Amino acid sequence: MPFIDLNLQQLQSKLAGGEFSSRELTRAYLDRINATGGSLNSFITICEESAMAAAEAADIRRKKGDAAPLTGIPLAVKDIFNTEGIRTTAGSRILENYVAPYDATAVARLKEQGAVLLGKLNMDEFAMGSSNENSAAGPCRNPWDPSKVPGGSSGGSAAAVAARQAVATLGTDTGGSIRQPAGHCGVVGLKPTYGRVSRYGVIAYASSLDQVGPLARTVGDCALLLQAVAGYDPADSTSVDTPVPDYSAALGEDVRGLKIGLPKEYFIDGLDADVKQAVETAVAVYRDLGAEIVEVSLPHTDYAVACYYLVATAEASSNLARYDGVRYGRRIDNGSGLIDMYCSSRAEGFGDEVKRRIMLGTYALSSGYYDAYYLRAQKVRTLIRDDFNKAFDQVDLLLTPVSPTPAFKLGEKVNDPLQMYLSDIFTIPVNLAGTCAMSVPCGFSGQNLPIGLQLIGRPFGEETLLRAGHAYQQVTEWHLQKAKI
Amino acid sequence: MSSLFEPVIGLEVHVQLTTDTKIFCGCSTEFGRTPNSQTCPVCLGLPGALPVLNRQVVENAIKAGLATNCRIAPRSVFARKNYFYPDLPKGYQISQFELPICEHGWLDIETEGRGPQRIGITRIHMEEDAGKLLHAEGEGGSRVDLNRACTPLLEIVSEPDMRSADEAIAYLKKLHQIVVYLGICDGNLEEGSFRCDANVSVRPRGQEEFGTRAELKNINSFRFIREAIDYEIERQIELIEDGGTVIQETRLFDSDKGTTRSMRGKEEAHDYRYFPDPDLLPLTVAPEWVERVRTELPELPEAKLARYQQELGLKPYDAEVLTADRKVAEYFEACLARHDNPKLCANWVQGDIQRKLNETGLAVNAIPVTPELLAGLLKRIDDKSISSNIAKQVFELIWESGKDADTIIEEKGLKQVTDSGAIEALVDEVLANCQPQVEQYRSGQTKVLGFMVGQVMKASRGKANPQLVNELLRKKLD
Repeated sequence: MPFIDLNLQQLQSKLAGGEFSSRELTRAYLDRINATGGSLNSFITICEESAMAAAEAADIRRKKGDAAPLTGIPLAVKDIFNTEGIRTTAGSRILENYVAPYDATAVARLKEQGAVLLGKLNMDEFAMGSSNENSAAGPCRNPWDPSKVPGGSSGGSAAAVAARQAVATLGTDTGGSIRQPAGHCGVVGLKPTYGRVSRYGVIAYASSLDQVGPLARTVGDCALLLQAVAGYDPADSTSVDTPVPDYSAALGEDVRGLKIGLPKEYFIDGLDADVKQAVETAVAVYRDLGAEIVEVSLPHTDYAVACYYLVATAEASSNLARYDGVRYGRRIDNGSGLIDMYCSSRAEGFGDEVKRRIMLGTYALSSGYYDAYYLRAQKVRTLIRDDFNKAFDQVDLLLTPVSPTPAFKLGEKVNDPLQMYLSDIFTIPVNLAGTCAMSVPCGFSGQNLPIGLQLIGRPFGEETLLRAGHAYQQVTEWHLQKAKI
Repeated sequence: MSSLFEPVIGLEVHVQLTTDTKIFCGCSTEFGRTPNSQTCPVCLGLPGALPVLNRQVVENAIKAGLATNCRIAPRSVFARKNYFYPDLPKGYQISQFELPICEHGWLDIETEGRGPQRIGITRIHMEEDAGKLLHAEGEGGSRVDLNRACTPLLEIVSEPDMRSADEAIAYLKKLHQIVVYLGICDGNLEEGSFRCDANVSVRPRGQEEFGTRAELKNINSFRFIREAIDYEIERQIELIEDGGTVIQETRLFDSDKGTTRSMRGKEEAHDYRYFPDPDLLPLTVAPEWVERVRTELPELPEAKLARYQQELGLKPYDAEVLTADRKVAEYFEACLARHDNPKLCANWVQGDIQRKLNETGLAVNAIPVTPELLAGLLKRIDDKSISSNIAKQVFELIWESGKDADTIIEEKGLKQVTDSGAIEALVDEVLANCQPQVEQYRSGQTKVLGFMVGQVMKASRGKANPQLVNELLRKKLD
């Protein structure tokens, strides 16, 4: 079996067994990226030299008997993670040549283990988008059908795993940005509980919603990558100081007796027929595995998208104020004064969707509108969180579709932002509630596009998610299908 | 000033805290270092960097709150104040807005004309400072120094309870004294460690509602604060009397001209779009924390002032001079600990020591006459080894040499002569030489006694005990 078809667990054991070196493995991945990356546009930066150097260092470390679980494993991260000495653009023109002087905590934790960073992955600018079309580096394409979007904003993170350009990747999820592209690309994507993984060094979109998470072909691989990055970080005041369990240990248990809730508000009329059928089939699989299926209600679901586009844009309008052309990033100075420099730098540096959200958020926070928009959205957010808490009084997990439809065509929704926003209707509430969820491949559409099911867990209930997702992958083969690229 | 109008003044004071590190990162707060040498991703506002609150800043805020009779909020919230300026790296300042750490405090001041007044303190909140813009000579454009960015500040906001520049100064001096006493601020006005903005309005006497206020900025000394407020009161009264109206605006004080001028324009149109900072959790302060800080508070100036008068029996004026500066009070107390004569210690500290401080510009903890040396001198006054006049000479010699009083008295042979035999000889000599005065005295002009005492003292080169001289002269003349 070629290297690139092995999963992370398999790579670990073969590296440990000396069947091949990290250098050979890394070379194979770089070749794969060079052969297929161009057409997919999944990478913004490929770190050929530093990757090979890291692989060599990993091989030496392994020889010394000092290998950590991820030593020598080639990975890639969304271009939203700061990487010391390597360009970090966040998919924006305003940071097109920005090189950070420090590593994000998640990246630092991977490096400490001796993981190999293959490169930085394509994304919607500042993680704002659901199709990866809002990227200054150009759109990323879906490995299953290059005329389709991979989803977003972590489009590159999902596409690279589906195209076997990296065994696993890191993305970020603010309203579905890991789960939706994972669903569209037929891979597993896990958004941990808010506070589970440090946000330090991750370029902020919406601080109270952003969370780092893994994407991989198997649930087990996601557990391994989450294990490496999870945990309290004193540099992130919102990270939570609660012990990190052994995620892989959770994988062995079955789902007998697990109570799975189907929120009735998520099985709506607009749901694509193929998606509906695939998810219902998945429900049947769980029933067969011994899980108890019950209907539950999340009554405030309808307000989630509106609430999200107030909270997220308000925070974004402030988070993106630092891109002003003064200290770093793109500066357009026509010599006509400070205000003009600010305006020109931001006008030319930001794309349309980013500007749209900055304007929305600025408006929501403006004096006279704050109470009606921002404050009200916060109250709605509390109601949505309460919905989940009540549901979790009855069940252990929720099961829903990831997206209402499979991946759509490039350009199909770019001129209809509202339609685009609705593609995150099932993922957004989870971020507002701050809990964890995972996207798992559960079928294909008539057009042979992947379909994902979403499992939603209690806050810090990642183990239950992983256990249920793994049990499902033991009896299904959706995750073993390969995109023809 | 027209008596038809009453000024109304409220003050916003920015106190720079003397913590070792910045409020949201571990960088040093030291003043005067190479530009941008004390920065990190957090205070530079680099993409992805996040703030972490410095607990010492919170502790200092609690101290300030307790010392100004505030309620310490068990839960307070950091908020972002959004605006663009090149010295503000994140495009927002982290401050506190709706829920500050301290509220509802007050300070009592003495006023002329209105007696004692209680000045309300609306709130005290924590925030980060911005950087500095440097405008280099001969170079185009400006440079940004972010060493100061993210240094901790307290903003202390008063109620509009002051009615004159004098009252404003009294309040400010008291507040200044407190933060310096607490050891949370170095109190340096010129370096900007204690900055004041004044909100000034006037209203017809007897009117309840406030007039429109102007906010005065850029004032960096107590004298300038007084000048700025007085100028602004006059300006507003004249404007109203001439039929004009005061507009709400920010005005800059020009210390060269002693005037204020409008900085109208974009600055006025700010909507700061405050909202809770999602990068920082709400701050909870447990009651135990507040109580611990309360027990650790130093004796504050007001309590010290009362103690000096009631327990040490000092006069109000002396007590006030001694407590004005915590370091002077500490000097006094150190001296008193070694020589238990409050009045004598007080006289010397607020007399000769204070004079020397004024002359030399030295800080009291940097002068050559340490409390130990001063106490040594005062002992010799009280045991009558030297007279007060000789003591002044000895004091100067201690100041110059750093030697102790006993050494100097010994070396210079300045010990007071209390041997009545030796003094009697001098008295006889003077009486023999002053026949006309002796006759004058005996004819009832007793005032000439002073002259003769002087002559004896002169003959003893100041070392004779003046009381003894007096007694002997009387005995011989009467």
